[in-house]
Amino acid sequence: MDITLPLLILVIPLFMFLLLGLTGMKMSHRLAGTLGTLGMGTVLVLSYITAFTYFFSGAPEFVTQAGERLQFTVFNATWLQFTDSLVIRLGFLLDPISAMMLVVIPTISFMVHLYSLGYMRDHHGVYEHGFQRFYAFLSLFSFSMLGLVVATNIFQMYIFWELVGASSYLLIGFYYKKPSAVSASKKAFIVTRFADLGFLIGILVLSFYTGTFDFASLTSAPVDGIAGVSQVSISTAENIRNIFASSAAPMFMGASVLTWALVLIFMGGMGKSAMMPLHIWLPDAMEGPTPVSALIHAATMVVAGVYLVARLFPLYLMETAALDIIVVVGALTAFYAAMVACTQVDIKRVLAFSTISQIAFMMVSLGVARPEIHHGVGYMAGMFHLFTHAMFKALLFLCAGALIHAIGSNDYTAMHGLRKYMPVTHITFLIGCLAIAGIIPFAGFFSKDEILTACFGNSTVWYIWMSVVAGLTAFYMFRLYYLIFWWKEHKVHHPEHAPHDQPWTMTLPLVILAVVSCVAGFVPFGFLVTWNGKPMYEGSASFLTNLQHLDWSVAGISLAVAIVAIIIATVMYRKENPLPAKMKNALPALWDWCYHRFYWDELYMFITHKIIFGCVSRPIAWFDRHIIDGAMDGLAAVTNKASVAIKGLQSGKVQMYVWFYLVGALLLGAITAICLI
Amino acid sequence: MDYSQFLVMKQEIALIVAFLLVFLCDTFMPKRSQGAIGWISIIAFAAVTAFGFCPSLLEGNPDAFSGMYSAGVAEVNIKNILNIGALIVMIQALRWAKEDMVKIRRGEFYELLLVTLFGMYLMISSRHFLLFVIGLETASLPLAAMVAFDKHRYESREAAVKYILTAVFSTAIFLMGLSFVYALSGSLYFDGIAAAVTYEGVNTLLVVALAFVISGIGFKLSLVPFHLWTADVYQGAPTPVTSYLSVISKGAAAFAFLVVLWKAFGTVYSEAWEWMLYALIILTITIGNLFAMRQRNMKRFLAFSSISQAGYIMLGVIAYNYMGMAALMYYVLVYIFSNLAAFGVIGAIENATGKVWMDDYKGLYKTNPRLAFTMMLAMFSLAGIPPFAGFFSKFFIFTSAINQGSVAIYVLVLIALINTIISLYYYLLVVKAMFISQDDCTIATFRSACSERFALWVCVAGIVGLGIVSCVYNHLLEAVL
Repeated sequence: MDITLPLLILVIPLFMFLLLGLTGMKMSHRLAGTLGTLGMGTVLVLSYITAFTYFFSGAPEFVTQAGERLQFTVFNATWLQFTDSLVIRLGFLLDPISAMMLVVIPTISFMVHLYSLGYMRDHHGVYEHGFQRFYAFLSLFSFSMLGLVVATNIFQMYIFWELVGASSYLLIGFYYKKPSAVSASKKAFIVTRFADLGFLIGILVLSFYTGTFDFASLTSAPVDGIAGVSQVSISTAENIRNIFASSAAPMFMGASVLTWALVLIFMGGMGKSAMMPLHIWLPDAMEGPTPVSALIHAATMVVAGVYLVARLFPLYLMETAALDIIVVVGALTAFYAAMVACTQVDIKRVLAFSTISQIAFMMVSLGVARPEIHHGVGYMAGMFHLFTHAMFKALLFLCAGALIHAIGSNDYTAMHGLRKYMPVTHITFLIGCLAIAGIIPFAGFFSKDEILTACFGNSTVWYIWMSVVAGLTAFYMFRLYYLIFWWKEHKVHHPEHAPHDQPWTMTLPLVILAVVSCVAGFVPFGFLVTWNGKPMYEGSASFLTNLQHLDWSVAGISLAVAIVAIIIATVMYRKENPLPAKMKNALPALWDWCYHRFYWDELYMFITHKIIFGCVSRPIAWFDRHIIDGAMDGLAAVTNKASVAIKGLQSGKVQMYVWFYLVGALLLGAITAICLI
Repeated sequence: MDYSQFLVMKQEIALIVAFLLVFLCDTFMPKRSQGAIGWISIIAFAAVTAFGFCPSLLEGNPDAFSGMYSAGVAEVNIKNILNIGALIVMIQALRWAKEDMVKIRRGEFYELLLVTLFGMYLMISSRHFLLFVIGLETASLPLAAMVAFDKHRYESREAAVKYILTAVFSTAIFLMGLSFVYALSGSLYFDGIAAAVTYEGVNTLLVVALAFVISGIGFKLSLVPFHLWTADVYQGAPTPVTSYLSVISKGAAAFAFLVVLWKAFGTVYSEAWEWMLYALIILTITIGNLFAMRQRNMKRFLAFSSISQAGYIMLGVIAYNYMGMAALMYYVLVYIFSNLAAFGVIGAIENATGKVWMDDYKGLYKTNPRLAFTMMLAMFSLAGIPPFAGFFSKFFIFTSAINQGSVAIYVLVLIALINTIISLYYYLLVVKAMFISQDDCTIATFRSACSERFALWVCVAGIVGLGIVSCVYNHLLEAVL
C-alpha cells in the first residue's frame, strides 16, 4: 500500500491545527470554521478509502487466501534511537481494529466539525469568543486520536495518548473564564494523568522483559514465507510466552510480572475510559462545549482504554487473571453508572453516566472473551459495541447540544414537552434512545446481544448482571426522553421565542447519525473484526449475516428486558404524575446515594485534601523550602562569589591575555608531564 | 601527476569559483549596480552549498596529493553543515552591509568571508600539518580584517588589534609545538606521526609539544585559558562578523581539532591528551559559565556562552569514538541554528535601534513579540531544554562521552550536567528580561528587514525541526561508521 494516503490522514489535521492555531485569529470566523471542516472532510474521505482498501480489496498483504486478516505496517520511521533495541518509532499500522477506528473517528469528528459551525454561534448568528481556537483544538484532537489508533508501538501510543489527554484538557477548559470549566479541565487532566503513570510503568515493565515496544512483535509472530517483514498474522507470539514462562521473568508480590504489567497498563485505560474508581472526571468534563462532549467524551477518546485492551488482547489472553480484573471493574462500573444515571437532572450528566456504563459494557465484553467461547465472540462484540455506541452516543450528545442551544439550560426541568417544537431533534433523539436500549433493528441491539452472548458463555452470573444493567439502560434513557419531550406541555411560549429546530449544519449531522444508528447493526463484524483475524462464521459476509447468526434465546430475553424497562419508564414519565416522587420517597437513602453519585467526589476530596495534602504534602513542602531551596541558594551564592572573584582575568589588556595564554600552555604541558611520566 | 585527484577537492574548487565570481563582479561592476553584490555572493554561495549535497563524482579513495588531503563522507558533511551556517550569516549581513560606512566596501566582506571559509575547508580536510597551517592562517588573517570592518568605530579597530596580536602569538606557539612533533617523529603527515608516536614513547617533549598544539587550536576554539581575546573581539566586531566567528569558525576548528587529535595523536589518547582535554573542558565550561552570568552586554554575553558551548563540543572529541564524531557534527549543526538565531535577533535590534544591552530588552515581548519569541527559542535551545534541538545535541554528545566508558569521563559528564543548570540561569535571564520585566523605555515596535526575517525563520525552523527529526544524528553516525 502506498504511504501517501495514510500519511496525509495524519498530516492534514496537524497542519490544520498549526494553521488555525497560528493564523486563526487573523482569519474570519467563517473561514476558520470552513477550513477546519473541509480539512476534516478530506481526512474522512482518505480514511474511508484506506479502511475500505484494507477490508475489501482482498490484497495479499491484508488478507490471506484462507481469509485471515493480517497486520500491515504501512510505514514505521525511526524517530529516536538510543541503542539497538531501545528505538522509538513512529508509524502507521493497519489491522482490523485500527481500520475500524479509521472509520469511527473521522466520521464523528467530521460531524462534530460541521455541527459546531452552527452550535458555536448564538441565536443572532454571533460567533463564540475563541471560535478559531475551538477549531484548532478540534484538529489537534483529531490528529492525536488518529495517531493513537494507528500506532505501531506502545510508546507511540503513549505519546498520542498524552496528546489526546492534553487536547481534551484544552477543550474541556474551552470556556476558560468559567471557574467550573477550569476546575473540570484540571480534574480531567490530573485524574487521567495519574492513571497514565500506571500505564507508563506498565509499558516499562513490559518492554523491559520483552525488549520491544512494537505491537507486531508483542502480539503476534511473523508468518513464514509471505513476502516482507511487515506482514504478520494476528496470533499469539510463542516467543513472548516463552519470555514470561522462563525464569527471567520473576514473580512480584505473588503475581507474575506480566500480570503486573497488564494490570498497570489497564490502569491507564481505566483513567481514559472512566472506569470506577477513576471515573470522576468524566461527568465534570461535560463543562466543555457539547460537540466536544460528543466527540471526545462519548465516541472516541474515552474508548481509548477499550482500544488499548483490544490492541494488547493476545497478551491479556496469556494472563487471564488480568482479564478477570477487567470484568469485575467493568461490571461494577456499568451497574454503578446506570444507577446514577437514573437520578441525574442535568441531561449531559445522564448521558455522561450512560457513556461510562456503556464503555464498561465494552470492557466486560473484552474481559469475558476467550478464544474457546464462540470463537472469541467477546472481542468482536466489544469492538462492535464500540462502533455502534460511538454512532448513537454521538447522536444523543448532538441532540442534547441542540436542546441546550435552543433552551439555554442543561436541566430537563427547563425542557418538558418539546416534541412539537423540535420535531427533528425529537425523532433523532428517539432513534438514539431505541439504539442504546437495544431494540431491534437499531444498532445497539446487535452489539449488546453479542456482548450478552459472550457473558453467557463465560458465566451465568455476568450474564444476569449485565442484563439487569441493560434493562436499567433502557429505563434511564427513556426516562430522559420522556422528561425532555413529554411530561407536561408548555403553553406559554411566545411564538417567536418558542424553541425551534436548528440550522442545517446542526440538523444534517443529526439526520446522518440517526440513519447510521438505524443500520450500523447490520455491519457483519464477525467477518471484519475478530481477535485472531479469522472470520467467525463459515460462508460469506452479507448485510444480513448478523441476523442469521443471532442467538435468539439470548436476544429474545434481552429484548424483553429492554421492552419491560421502556414500559416502566413510559408509565412513570410520559405524563406528569406523582409516581416518580413516590418512588423517590419510598427509598430516600438509595435515591440520595445515586443522586450524589455514591459520594465518590467527596471521598476523593477527603483523601486528597485531608490525607495527601495534610500529611504528605506539607512536610515535603517544608523540606523543599528549607533544605532543597537552601542548598540551591547556597550553591548560587558560591557560584556568584566565584564569578566575582575571577573577573580580574578579563582585564582588557592584550599583554595580559598573551601572558595567561603562555602560562596556560606551559602549565598544561608541565602538569600533564609530571602526572603521567 | 594525476590531475583527476583535484576532483576530490570539488567543494574547495566550487568555493574558489564562487569567490572569483564575487571578486570579479566587485572589481568590474559599475558603481551604481554595486548594491547587487550581496545577492550575487549569496546566490553563488547557495549554488556552492547545493553542490556540496550532490553525490560525489568519484567513487572510492577520498584521499589526494599522496595523503595530504582527504575528503571523506564526514568531511563533506561537516563542510555542508558549515555552508548552511555561512549562508545564513551572509543573509543576515545584508542589512548591515547597506549602512553608509560599510556599503562602499561590502564586496570585500563577502570575499573575505569566502576566503576564510576556504581556509577552514583546508583545515578540515588536511592530513598534513603544512596544509593545516596554511588553512589555519588563511582562516585567521582575513578574519582580523573582517573584525576591523567597522573601522570608523574605535571598538572595532581595538578588537582587530587584540585579535591579530593574540592570533600571531598562538600561531607561534602552535608552530613551535609542531617543530617538536617533527623532531620526535620526522614526519608532518598525520599518519606518519601516528606511526612514530606510540604510547611507549611518551616523553616530556611529546607532552609539551601536544600542549602547544592543543593551545594553538584551542585558541581558535577559545578554550579556557586561551579564550581571553574572545569577549573583547566579539563585542567590538560588527555583529555579522561576531556571529561568523562564534559559529562557523568555531565549528570548523572543532572538527579540525578532532581530526588532528584522533588521526595524528590517536595512539597516545589515554597517555597524554585525554587528560589535557579533560582539564580544558572543565575549565572552559565552568569559567565560560561563570563569566556569562555577569555579562550585561548581549554580544559579550553570547561570547562567554559560546565559550562554554565549545567546552560541550569538546566532549565529542574526548569521547574518542564514532558516536562522538557524529554527535560533534550534530552539535555544530544545532549550535549554528541556535546561535545564529540569537545573533540574528541581536543584529536586527542593533540595526534598528542601536541597543545591545540586556536591560534594553526588557518588555521586548510587548513590542516585538516575534523577535522575543525567536530569542526565547534560541535561548531554550542553547540551554538544552527539550523538545528543541539543543536538548538532543547535548543528549547525544553526553551519550557519546559516556560510551567511552571510564569513570573519569562519567565525572566529566556530571560536571558538564551541573554546568548546564548554571547556564540555564543566565539563558533564562534573557527570557525573563524580554517576557517578565517591565521598563519605561522599551524598544519600540519595528519591522526588521526581509533578509533578517528570512534568516530568522530558517533558524527557528532549524531549532524546532532538528528537535523533531533528531534522527539526522543517526544519518550522520551511519555516514562516519
